[in-house]
Amino acid sequence: MNPDQLHKRLQEGLGIEIEWSEGPVDPFYLIPSDFWVKAGLFVRDATDLSFEFLRSLCGVDYPDEKSILVVAHLFSYQHKMPLVLKTKIDRDQPKIESLASVWPAACWHERETYDLLGVVFTGNPDLRRILLPEDWVGHPLRKDYQPPNQYHGIPTTRPVVDCDGEQL
Amino acid sequence: MIEPTDNNPQRSELVLNMGPHHPSTHGVLRFVVYTDGEIMRRAQPDIGYLHRGIEKIAENKTYPGYMPFTDRINYLEAMFCNQAYAIAIEKILGITPPERAEFLRVIACELNRIASHQVTLGCIAMDLGAFTPFVYLLREREKINDMMEALCGNRLTHNYMRIGGVSADLDDTWLGNLEGFLDHFELILEEFTSLIVYNEILVKRLADVAVICAADAVGYGLVGPNLRASGVNWDCRRDLGYSVYPQLEFDVPLGRGERGTVGDCFERFVVRVEEMKQSCRILRQCLRKLPDGEIQAKVPKMIKAPKAEVYSCVEGARGELGVYVVADGTTKPYRVKWRTGSFSAMSIVEAISRGLMIADLVAVIATLDVIAPETDR
Amino acid sequence: MEELSRNIVEALGLNPFWEQVFYALAIIVVAVVVFMAALTIAGLLTYLERRVAGRIQSRVGPNRVGPLGLLQWLADGLKLVMKEDLIPACADRPMFRLAPYAVVVGVFAAFVSVPFGQLLIAADLNVGIIYLLAITSLVSVGVLMSGWASNNKWSLLGGIRSAAQIVSYEVPSALSILSVVLLAGTLSMQGIIQAQGGQEYHAEFWARGGWPWNWFIFHNPFAFIAFFLYFTAAVAEGNRTPFDLPEAESELVSGYNTEYSGMRFAGFFLGEFANIYLMSAVATTLFFGGWQIPGILPEEQASSWSLQLMGLLIFVFKAAIGCFVVIWLRWTLPRLRVDQLMGLCYKYLVPFAFICLGGNAVYILLIKAGSTFDWIVHGAMTLFGFALVVYFFVRVTHHIRLVKDRVDFDILSRGTKKPFDPAVQTRRYGRHRKGARALEITGQQGKEIG
Repeated sequence: MNPDQLHKRLQEGLGIEIEWSEGPVDPFYLIPSDFWVKAGLFVRDATDLSFEFLRSLCGVDYPDEKSILVVAHLFSYQHKMPLVLKTKIDRDQPKIESLASVWPAACWHERETYDLLGVVFTGNPDLRRILLPEDWVGHPLRKDYQPPNQYHGIPTTRPVVDCDGEQL
Repeated sequence: MIEPTDNNPQRSELVLNMGPHHPSTHGVLRFVVYTDGEIMRRAQPDIGYLHRGIEKIAENKTYPGYMPFTDRINYLEAMFCNQAYAIAIEKILGITPPERAEFLRVIACELNRIASHQVTLGCIAMDLGAFTPFVYLLREREKINDMMEALCGNRLTHNYMRIGGVSADLDDTWLGNLEGFLDHFELILEEFTSLIVYNEILVKRLADVAVICAADAVGYGLVGPNLRASGVNWDCRRDLGYSVYPQLEFDVPLGRGERGTVGDCFERFVVRVEEMKQSCRILRQCLRKLPDGEIQAKVPKMIKAPKAEVYSCVEGARGELGVYVVADGTTKPYRVKWRTGSFSAMSIVEAISRGLMIADLVAVIATLDVIAPETDR
Repeated sequence: MEELSRNIVEALGLNPFWEQVFYALAIIVVAVVVFMAALTIAGLLTYLERRVAGRIQSRVGPNRVGPLGLLQWLADGLKLVMKEDLIPACADRPMFRLAPYAVVVGVFAAFVSVPFGQLLIAADLNVGIIYLLAITSLVSVGVLMSGWASNNKWSLLGGIRSAAQIVSYEVPSALSILSVVLLAGTLSMQGIIQAQGGQEYHAEFWARGGWPWNWFIFHNPFAFIAFFLYFTAAVAEGNRTPFDLPEAESELVSGYNTEYSGMRFAGFFLGEFANIYLMSAVATTLFFGGWQIPGILPEEQASSWSLQLMGLLIFVFKAAIGCFVVIWLRWTLPRLRVDQLMGLCYKYLVPFAFICLGGNAVYILLIKAGSTFDWIVHGAMTLFGFALVVYFFVRVTHHIRLVKDRVDFDILSRGTKKPFDPAVQTRRYGRHRKGARALEITGQQGKEIG
């Protein structure tokens, strides 16, 4: 199934217009955030698609557009084809439904996205920080993130010294 | 399915804190184990102790300058991380590396796969109490490290590949060494098989433990040997046909339920042993087919990637190792996301841990081949 | 010793009261000697273990302290003694301190009734073997104490595992010992050895003394099985691989002794190794004829010092082989799981031990000791045992031939298809002096690379 057919099939299945880009390399399909879980269920269950493998789920921060794109990379072992689904959510109130009920693998990927980008996935069974400590402030993968100077009294930077040990 | 966290365990539960410094949690992992005596109610993984922000670092590095950082994602399969990243950038730039470079990449990767599996298999045996197989396999890994050092100057974090090629060529002596090593190592594999693989205690410890059915394996995103042990016939090398793998002949070992059930710990163990044999086979073919020619395609000094995004993946030692790169037209990546096998392998531990014994948890972590730097990045 | 002290008192012409004093002194001296001997044995065993493990794993092992590294154990012991003795803050302090003593006493007191030679035994108790079984039970008390007192969950798990394991495995172990007691008709250690080749029907040269066919292991098929049951159970009681669950490193960090350091740790450690020797010595006594010399009756041996020495050497040698096998097992086999361990004990070892006990009893009842049939059985069992050993060596050489010259394979010189190329050597060892010389020799080629 080529990208164009995939696009048609997606539109047909979800009954909405879907923006898409043939992309210079990987094509992707921009799903409205209300249809996020529905799209997930559809691409997993439709027999001619059967994207049963969630390769990865992550977010990309676009401060200029005031949005975060949540990107899901899917793959179908049966038909040997990849699919990239994206959805755009508000950067200040990043909230989207969780895909954990569709692919169990999504749970941890969503936790990571929550941890590093601050996207809240409603319905995720275990939405806690995963890589960073529970009390960490901020979400590092946001473009405007400023790392703290210290964490519990531990400095996060080291003094820059020259070869004689003199502080620069 | 994973249940919501319960921080108030029942009174009859013993809460054990396994890690982050524990002999069997390779690297720095932590499990909160809720047990009833020896039997586990639940083991909750806690990761992030080795988070170095490699994805964030990418945003401040040039495209070629990020290559050494990819080594650090997984110290056991640095070559694969190199390759995945190189392929991703090559796809964006539209570069094809010369054929000799592709062969050199495959040779380096397959050697790296053998080295990685050696550590994994050794660790499985060691975690089950047999220390000697670990030493035997590390002894052989040392030879691979020597060869890697002769090839690219580094023993662990190779930083061998470049965008559009590789950093160093190899000579006939090195190829002779490789052939000598293969002759030697195939015998060692036989010895290893007769020493430990079908050892009755080992089989009893691994067979029928922590069975992961094919549907669960796919659903939780298990990849590579873990997926194949569950009987899913998938190998990126064969089925996606990247690099020069379509020219090479090899089998993809699957879990057969030899001593227990398809998808149990023993299958995950045996599949890796078989994979090493296939890697030897691939290496022998590479020795025959290695063409002459350039090892580096023409790449601009200052790489300025066009606005594009790509997901590229290779079949690493822990399965599909994917990298998602978003380029925004500058000299630095806009966003890099690594998809690693250990991360998804860790996510299934909690779901399969119920009813296992503490000793089984050790076997599960070892056979799922979880490497802490890879889960935490 | 009573006699000795009486003689001394008489010779010095002292009050009979001094008899008691000399007796007590003699006991103290003997106790110290036995303790020191056991300590030395345990220390040397740690050295042996590390050397054997080194050979098994194609490395060298300790070889620096003293000739062949033989004094390594002293250096390590000294280091442990000088280390700080830490007690965790929330530990049960008296129990924590007491636990290593229980282990040490349990193991080392058992050495009192180990018959190193015909005359070399501290106390030939008439209930020797039972005393041994009883006093070593103190170990499990100590282990449980240390597990509990450490206030560490891993230690506790280790302690509980250990207690369960030792208590369970004592059943098959005691039952197989009972088989031998039936054959020997005595509980005394010396008596059991005496019975293997020192009976009145052992008159001919080929029947006298410590010939293998006089050993209880080859006495009859049931005794043969009983030996393996005893050995398995003893390995399990000693917490050795494949039954080392109480201190399973990859599961329980270090088990019951996780929180111990310095001398207290050394206590556990030496206790474990002394226990290995103890179980080998007991196996030698019960099944392998102890200090009996082939062709020589115990009475003859008693009269000659050189024969005594020979008996001692034979005993030590046999026990050392046992220790070697235990060490060898440890570096070869994986570890069982807790349920499998208990399953093995109660489903296999205990029933088989009962069968052996019954079988031995029936054998004694039906077949007259010293009859022709009895000798035929002994001979057949001996042949069978040696056939097993031969078969084992054939298998081993087969496996060694299978992988050819594997240990000394060097990727950069031997094993390559091409002749040795110094240029490669240069590249690898360029910074070292050896490499620098290679650079000069190779000249042009070397410069290119440099």
